[in-house]
Amino acid sequence: MKNEALYNYVLRLGDDSLILGQRLGEWCGHGPILEEDIAMTNISLDLIGQAMSLLDYAGELDGQGKDHDDLAFLRFEHEYRNALLVEQPNGDFANTMMRQFLFDAFRKPLYEKMLASTDKQLAAIAEKSLKETRYHLKHTSEWIIRMGDGTDESHQRAQTALDLLWRYTDELFSETSDDQLLISAGIAPSMLDVKAEWSKTVKEVLQEATLVIPTNNWQFEGGRRGVHSEHLGYLLAELQYMQRAYPNMKW
Amino acid sequence: MDLQELEKRFQEKIDKEIKIEPNDWMPDEYRKTLIRQISQHAHSEIVGMLPEGNWITRAPNLRRKAVLLAKVQDEAGHGLYLYSSVETLGADREATIDDLHSGKAKYSSIFNYPAVTWADIGTIGWLVDGAAIMNQVALCRCSYGPYARGMVKICKEESFHQRQGFESLVTLCNGTPTQKAMAQDAMNRFWWPALMMFGPSDADSPHSAQSMKWKIKRFSNDELRQSFVDATVPQAEILGLTIPDPNLKWNEETGHYDFSPINWDEFWQVVNGNGPCNKERVEARKKAKEEGMWVREAAMAYAEKRAMRKTA
Repeated sequence: MKNEALYNYVLRLGDDSLILGQRLGEWCGHGPILEEDIAMTNISLDLIGQAMSLLDYAGELDGQGKDHDDLAFLRFEHEYRNALLVEQPNGDFANTMMRQFLFDAFRKPLYEKMLASTDKQLAAIAEKSLKETRYHLKHTSEWIIRMGDGTDESHQRAQTALDLLWRYTDELFSETSDDQLLISAGIAPSMLDVKAEWSKTVKEVLQEATLVIPTNNWQFEGGRRGVHSEHLGYLLAELQYMQRAYPNMKW
Repeated sequence: MDLQELEKRFQEKIDKEIKIEPNDWMPDEYRKTLIRQISQHAHSEIVGMLPEGNWITRAPNLRRKAVLLAKVQDEAGHGLYLYSSVETLGADREATIDDLHSGKAKYSSIFNYPAVTWADIGTIGWLVDGAAIMNQVALCRCSYGPYARGMVKICKEESFHQRQGFESLVTLCNGTPTQKAMAQDAMNRFWWPALMMFGPSDADSPHSAQSMKWKIKRFSNDELRQSFVDATVPQAEILGLTIPDPNLKWNEETGHYDFSPINWDEFWQVVNGNGPCNKERVEARKKAKEEGMWVREAAMAYAEKRAMRKTA
């Protein structure tokens, strides 16, 4: 492999987009309001598009002729490198929006800093994805504020979602020793910088939403090294169904 | 001006192909017919999201997943335009949706059939969107302005969906025998329900004559159904799929395809609630509304708070 460190890095980005896009697709036809049905499928569509670019690039770095579909559909569970946050079930609308908000607030500064990557392909993907991610973050921030500062019920639901999902946020910023090489080479941004911006956005929005950051700061990790929650298996069973049931066919 | 004179002038406008706009005078029956037709059209778009939405998580590759997401999203968009058109007639969007949930309002019966294989998704695009276009192209010239204009944009997207569906089936029909059999099986299940989409035959269509006079409708159900069969048979030949009708054959004399009579008993059973998925479809929509209630309440409460803070 030409560049294993970069392959692993790009694969993680691609898997985050893929798995979260898959989750959001589950809402289609069942959204709380028609406008939100459209918004959630739209975000899903953007994420699937990003996954295609990222996984194609990962396949290219891998050098064994794999395309985005080979990587999306034909790996085993422990080979997926997405963060635990994105595989968590949709739950109610508050839970889905909170998961998306915590993720968008991470993705936006990540892509912004990636624009300056010395790797041209990565910088190009970041540029295209950043435009979409800015919209996603705007949309989810507005909903977090609306729910947090809406009715007692919506406040309670948003707080419950935050309490549940907070434990998966640290993993978004984890770095491997390989990543350090990429950072030194100016290919990947430092997660410390990304996290600083994430914290700022999250604090501002949660404050306006009158939501409280949980005091229990115990953090889970595992997804980045292929150790997932029980939820991922079911998600992959649906995602991979056609490719596994009808192998080696063109669709 | 008396009612008779108003009605006379209204009909004159229609005869001269002048569009009727929301603030124009119109007979109550014209308004009621349009509210019924457009809201049922809107409901069909929204309920129609369910059979296809059910395959988004299982689409066989990422390109097909993206295409399907975009298609279902278009349908939600069509629903929004159409509900807005209904509102120009003075109806309330949520009230028409409640009529759907109570069973008072209907939607296209085709969506009461299940989408059980991936080939159903291509077939729905090809046959169902294809049949819808036959109806909808004619509606672009409907006498009611907002509906006619909405249909122009909707038709463009539907015709794209129809081609995507066909293209997806081309892939299956040029694929392995398993894939081809999957496509044929979908054809066998969707052909007759697609023909039923045009509604009862002219003799049994109670609202048709008046709607034709008002130019809400331009062609009869049977005329549109025949155009659909004539357009679709050659496409099935290209795919190499067999249409499940032993009596289907070209008639030199009429210049059309002859086909077997439709099973109207099945049609009315499905319309009246006994289709394979009627219950599931309406339940899914009711559940979405009920479970979304707190979201709408939160949005309203927040908007009110914000307005109060501004004035304070």
